[in-house]
Amino acid sequence: MSINLHIKLLTSLLVITGLVVLWYKVTYLGLPLVPTTRADVWTIEARMEFKAYREVPVKLDLRVPRDPEGFIVVDENFVSGNYGLNIDDTGQDRKIQWAVRNTSGYQVLYYRLHLAPDEISITDSSPGEVAVPDVKPDQFPEYMASAITTLVTEVRTKSADNISFAREMLKRLNSGSPDSNVELLHQDVNRDEAWIIRIAGLLNQGNVPARLVRTLTLKDGLNHKSLTPWLEVHDGTHWVAISPWTGETGLPRDSMIWSRGDHDILQLSGGKNSRLEFSVGKHSLDMTVVAEQRARKLNSRMMEFSLMRLPVQTQNIYRILLMIPVGALLIVLLRNVVGVKTFGTFMPILIALAFRETELLWGLILFTSLISLGLLFRFYLEYLKLLLVPRLASVLIIVIMLMLAISVISYKLGFERGLSLALFPMVIITMSIERMSLVWEELGSTEAIKQGIGTLAVAALGYLLMSSHYIGHLVFTFPELLLIILAATLLLGRYTGYRLTELWRFRMALTWFK
Amino acid sequence: MSIFPWRQLSALGVLGINKRNADYISKYNPRHRYPLVDDKITSKAVAVRHGIPVPDLYGVIEIEHQIADLPALLHDKPSFVIKPARGCGGEGILIIDSRNTHEYICVNGYGYTVAGLSHHVSNILGGMYSLGGRPDMALIEYRVDFDSCFDGVSHRGVPDIRTLVFRGIPVMAMLRLPTRLSRGKANLHQGAVGVGIHMNHGTTRGGYWQGKPILHHPDTGNELSGITIPYWDDILCLNARCHDCTGMGFIGVDIVLDKNRGPLLLEVNARPGLSIQMANRTGLLPRIQFIESLANLPNSLQDRMMLAKSLA
Repeated sequence: MSINLHIKLLTSLLVITGLVVLWYKVTYLGLPLVPTTRADVWTIEARMEFKAYREVPVKLDLRVPRDPEGFIVVDENFVSGNYGLNIDDTGQDRKIQWAVRNTSGYQVLYYRLHLAPDEISITDSSPGEVAVPDVKPDQFPEYMASAITTLVTEVRTKSADNISFAREMLKRLNSGSPDSNVELLHQDVNRDEAWIIRIAGLLNQGNVPARLVRTLTLKDGLNHKSLTPWLEVHDGTHWVAISPWTGETGLPRDSMIWSRGDHDILQLSGGKNSRLEFSVGKHSLDMTVVAEQRARKLNSRMMEFSLMRLPVQTQNIYRILLMIPVGALLIVLLRNVVGVKTFGTFMPILIALAFRETELLWGLILFTSLISLGLLFRFYLEYLKLLLVPRLASVLIIVIMLMLAISVISYKLGFERGLSLALFPMVIITMSIERMSLVWEELGSTEAIKQGIGTLAVAALGYLLMSSHYIGHLVFTFPELLLIILAATLLLGRYTGYRLTELWRFRMALTWFK
Repeated sequence: MSIFPWRQLSALGVLGINKRNADYISKYNPRHRYPLVDDKITSKAVAVRHGIPVPDLYGVIEIEHQIADLPALLHDKPSFVIKPARGCGGEGILIIDSRNTHEYICVNGYGYTVAGLSHHVSNILGGMYSLGGRPDMALIEYRVDFDSCFDGVSHRGVPDIRTLVFRGIPVMAMLRLPTRLSRGKANLHQGAVGVGIHMNHGTTRGGYWQGKPILHHPDTGNELSGITIPYWDDILCLNARCHDCTGMGFIGVDIVLDKNRGPLLLEVNARPGLSIQMANRTGLLPRIQFIESLANLPNSLQDRMMLAKSLA
């Protein structure tokens, strides 16, 4: 196998691997390709207040959604004070229990949930049972029995399946001119919730599984809201939400299901006057955070190895480190394809990294002035005929003193920018001075200045590339892009064409050569 | 012909740096043999072992402490050369022509005191001229007494003959003449003149200087073409033997002509420059590709010389 074929295979393998991982992360995990992509995140706050009895253990249970359909739980917080916190997963929803042995007076607890809409549908089977649930006949007062039987029989004749049965039933129950049977059923019910429980009971009598669900309206700025009761009917395969008032399928607009079933949302023991209020707010959050949660929900291995799992400090280091391959590719391009001459191979990249602290213009000014001043000292030291290492050390010390001087003076003059100089890598500056003075002596000032400008130009380009938020986001979120960068570098490693500067160097060949 | 300059260059057979590095240097120059050519002390020893004539070695200064012995080493030498063992691009080479009571006079006219020389040697030891700044050694050797044939076309310094030797066959040669601009050095990028040489009979043609074709030496004004290089056959043989003793397939061999001793090997370069094409006004690729296409290369020096002569 020839080397070139080998390289082609290797690079295609790298590119394909990189692209597949990238594609997976973009389409399945929803990681954004652009850094500005933000997701709307709902912050739902449940506020519970009650009055605790004196010297009695207090237990407060709150039912919260487990895996709300169409949403991703980005985060949740509990404000529990001195309460013990316990979370119970019931399979359908979760029960949060706050408990304290001894407290008294007015108590407030909070539960906060951050939800992001899940635009990429990942599961089409709704949570909850897939099998047809058992219908447990509800207990109704005896005097209603005949009315219920009549109603159910009438509705059954006018319907074909569970949903149409429910619709017909709802039409009867909500009719503007109710018959006596319906009026009887209405008699002892005054709250919406109780009414829906009754409807569910009636449907169950007709062998149609139905249940109460509680929904929350998601609208920015809602305060002191309570949950809206709603109805769900099982159509044989899925639970279908149906309006208990109109019989239309679907949830109320902009809402989510908070809990299913008719158990109480809030249960309190050891206190009284409990109240539950919801407030809803909307804010935007970086898509990557949402995607990470989605990956966790999917149990994706990909995100297990994500850089976002690292401590923030390490992440920040990698945000910089991951830009270096991009800079290295730029150097390869500029040196092997363009043919720019620089001091040292990767020195321009290190200088570019230093520019991150100072920003470009100031970086260029400070770097040029430091190098020029350093060069002056270097020429003076040449006259003193010092040994090489002591001379390098002296230049280093002088560079640091110059940096100090520039910082102090610019601070006195009120230029904040001068202070960032302290982060300039002085070893790099020292080596640049030494190399430049060598080239200066050996090849003359023209060549030295030419190479110096080349170095600065490459550094500036490198800075512009490496400070791009877009590229920074891409390599940090999709480190697999490094495979593609590696592939490009490998390919350029076998680039045997002319460099751009060679076209100039050999320009006379076009006219002289036979 | 194409409108794209790179297509035209390629059609002319001009070898570029990337192709030189990827297709020839990395393929024909085994890495483990680099120290042989990069370290002049080693390469000199190897050359001597193979009976290749080189300028005599007066001494080697390996550590700072030995610099004190410099005056003793040099007291009976009116002329000598100090060079770094691992220098590149002709940097750090000091050629001393003569001396007066307190100074050594450099070929470019500068005077060096003992202290000045010591500082230079110290710089060499510190790695100032070596690749990557590694600590180095300094060689002190015989200063070649140049054959007078190039007197009219060289401004002080060391005129030498650079030959590109591919797989043991000399493929292209040029005469490198120092100028005032090059300060006695024979490297083209430092301002020396490159003069193309006919491979078959060793006569010069027009020159190339600072990116322009020239017919006359910029300092002396003498004509560059038509000079016949003495010992041409010996030079070709010497080139071929350098391949044999270094085991490298793509080298630039620098040879100087001494008045008394004839052609002497100055150094072998494992990364030969490409300006030789400009000096000869011919691309290297046709010659190199022809040699590369030969399955069996002749073994005897005579046959290889004939093959080299047939290239031009």
